[in-house]
Amino acid sequence: MAFIVNSKIQIQDLTNMFPFTKYSKIYYAVSGILILAAIASLIVFGLKFGIEFTGGSTMEVDFTSHRPSNEAISKALAEFSLGDIVVQPTGSNGVVLQFKGIDEATHQKVLTKLQALAPLQEKSFQYIGPSVGQDLKNKTEIAILLALVSITFYIAFAFRKISRPVSSWKYGITSLVALFHDVLIPVGVFSLLGHFLNVEITIPIIAALLTILGFSVHDTIVIFDRIRENILRRGVKSFDETVDWSLNQTIGRSISTVVTVLLVMFSLFFFGGETLKYFSLALIIGITSGAYSSIFIASPLLVSWQKWSEKRLAKR
Amino acid sequence: MLRKYFLLINSNNVQQKYIIFIGIIILALFAGNFAYPNYFNKGVDFLNGKFHWTLPHFWEKPYVLGLDLQGGVDLTYQADLSTVSDKGAAMSGLRDVIERRVNLFGVSEPVVQIQGQDKLLVELPGVKDVQSAIQMIGQTPYLEFDEQRDPKETQTILDKIKEVQDAQAKKQDISKIKDWQLALQNPYFKPTELTGKYLSKATVAFDQTTFKPQIQLQFNSDGAKLFENITARNIKKPLAIFLDGYSIIDTNGDGKIDNSDLYAPIIQDKITGGTAVITGDMSVQTANDIARRLNSGALPVKIGNPISQETVGPLLGAVSLQQSLLAGIFGLLAVVVFMIVFYRLPGLLASISLVIYVALTLSIFKLVPVTLTLAGIGGFILSIGMAVDANILIFARMKEEIKQGKSLSVAINEGFSRAWPSIRDSNLNSIIICIILFLVSTSFIKGFAVTLLLGIIVSLFSAIFITRILLMVFIGQRLEKFKWLL
Repeated sequence: MAFIVNSKIQIQDLTNMFPFTKYSKIYYAVSGILILAAIASLIVFGLKFGIEFTGGSTMEVDFTSHRPSNEAISKALAEFSLGDIVVQPTGSNGVVLQFKGIDEATHQKVLTKLQALAPLQEKSFQYIGPSVGQDLKNKTEIAILLALVSITFYIAFAFRKISRPVSSWKYGITSLVALFHDVLIPVGVFSLLGHFLNVEITIPIIAALLTILGFSVHDTIVIFDRIRENILRRGVKSFDETVDWSLNQTIGRSISTVVTVLLVMFSLFFFGGETLKYFSLALIIGITSGAYSSIFIASPLLVSWQKWSEKRLAKR
Repeated sequence: MLRKYFLLINSNNVQQKYIIFIGIIILALFAGNFAYPNYFNKGVDFLNGKFHWTLPHFWEKPYVLGLDLQGGVDLTYQADLSTVSDKGAAMSGLRDVIERRVNLFGVSEPVVQIQGQDKLLVELPGVKDVQSAIQMIGQTPYLEFDEQRDPKETQTILDKIKEVQDAQAKKQDISKIKDWQLALQNPYFKPTELTGKYLSKATVAFDQTTFKPQIQLQFNSDGAKLFENITARNIKKPLAIFLDGYSIIDTNGDGKIDNSDLYAPIIQDKITGGTAVITGDMSVQTANDIARRLNSGALPVKIGNPISQETVGPLLGAVSLQQSLLAGIFGLLAVVVFMIVFYRLPGLLASISLVIYVALTLSIFKLVPVTLTLAGIGGFILSIGMAVDANILIFARMKEEIKQGKSLSVAINEGFSRAWPSIRDSNLNSIIICIILFLVSTSFIKGFAVTLLLGIIVSLFSAIFITRILLMVFIGQRLEKFKWLL
């Protein structure tokens, strides 16, 4: 490793450096407002879970000639006592129906009844029993918990070797804060979407949220890795300068990575069809927020925390 | 370990560099044609037509598509195991029975799988009549022991069958034939009163002297009496065993059970006391199969109606497939354009390795094979966006090294070895998430986790291996003067 010895003597141009950590308060304010809004929306509107969690039936049909009105459809199906029937138009001539769980025989009757209303083609039918929904909820909770625990351990492990001037668990905790930020914001958005546009939390969206967990840490690790390397290389003159310098070095990569992922996700959002639409939307929001938080939350937080600890030490 | 690898490829060893490069080109060509053989085959057809050659087509292996992409029904059942003591055996017996029935639908590649303790997953691709499928699956298994008809009866039924067939050939109304229902019966065997409900259990044992497997039957007290009567009147005659109206096992070895199969051990003597042994030349596997099926008929496990059902019309499946593929192609193109605009020559090389990455991953999907669902394709498309990340990290490092005035080959090597810890840490983390997703979840997430996981692993390979070799081959001393390309 002869190169490293050489690279210890470097002259860096610090004049063109953007002092990221100088404006920490602004970032904290922006993120604080967003997080509060997300929490408020969660408290007021809650989350609208899809039938895979709550149980029930959903049916998608395409009418071949014309689409009957929502009222006409609801009225036609009244005789089957389907509970609350939600009728949602999709596409040019399609309808998504949601009602309580029914068996295949009733499903066929419903289909015949709708056929009588207007000629149609059934695209899909789904029935989820109540026990299945509960089961899925439990499994999802376990998956989220396991993901959080393993990520925490992983960060602690990855940063076990640095201790000065910032101890390794501080890296772990700040990246966890960033993580919550990155998941809370898309969840908040989906709470709003659920209330105003009837968008439901479905399995694909859970998958997207868990992926965001991974991706957000991924971003933060790259930046923290650079901070770690710069501390080892340059020694620590001032910690905030090291962080700023590291951010300036990694910003190009951060932007490029987010852009390439966003490019494919936007492509999926616009061309990928219904099922993957909200899946990609969740990823778009989460990944953008993840990139933002690794630069503007995790790293500045590290500096603020360090400064606060130093002040406290000085007071003693 | 990987540090070793970085030292292994010595950029000054020209010969080694080109050998690896040629290897990668061959791999890429193979993977590309394997993933999408249409162009190759069209070319071959053209050449064959023009020069009357007989060049073979490329190996064609279809992608395995999930139900959401090819249409079909996905049913989950919960079995009532409250009356059963050996739950595991009861479930595998149930699976066996359902598998037999499902195979009768004639759908391509049905899946019957036990999930957890008491759940059974049934996937029927392309099935049209879902209602009758559900009815057929939900029936209680019916086990019967049939005795041989006397020759006169057999002849009557065979004649009737012939009569009905003739009428069908002439397109006449068969219901006008007297006693036409007779033709539906088995001409050689007739049901006895002895059915599954009189059987207590069947077990596999081994003969004390020959060590051959044999099947022990244990009837209950009513069954013992019935069995005694039946055996008494049928000595040296066969006793046929049917499950759901078909032979209990495939006897002619054609891999399916139909009317040409018959399992009918010969009754050796009148049997009193309600225990019997079936002997004969059979493998342990066959003996186990028979015993399990006898038990599933003896202690039928009720499954009732599905606890969840998902039906996807073939139309929707095809549209979803088309849309997601289109999204993938647009996404890939957008990434390629972005990389070339921002990273110029290395960006172009990274794009080439990205395309190779796509071909390789698709080939792996075909080879394993990975069942591609909508979620899986979503995961794969996401991995396309993430795959270039390792390249970007490396290029960013290279640029820094070049800025510091290092020569190109040193900068390439430095870029790779410096970026490696970040690439490793961040990807390991994503891999952990994928594994958790795979272990704890539903089929939708599993499909997503598998493709994303494979994508991440292949992308690591393509970034540190393919891109690196491309860089070494194309960015040599010649480019030292054209550093603006980097």
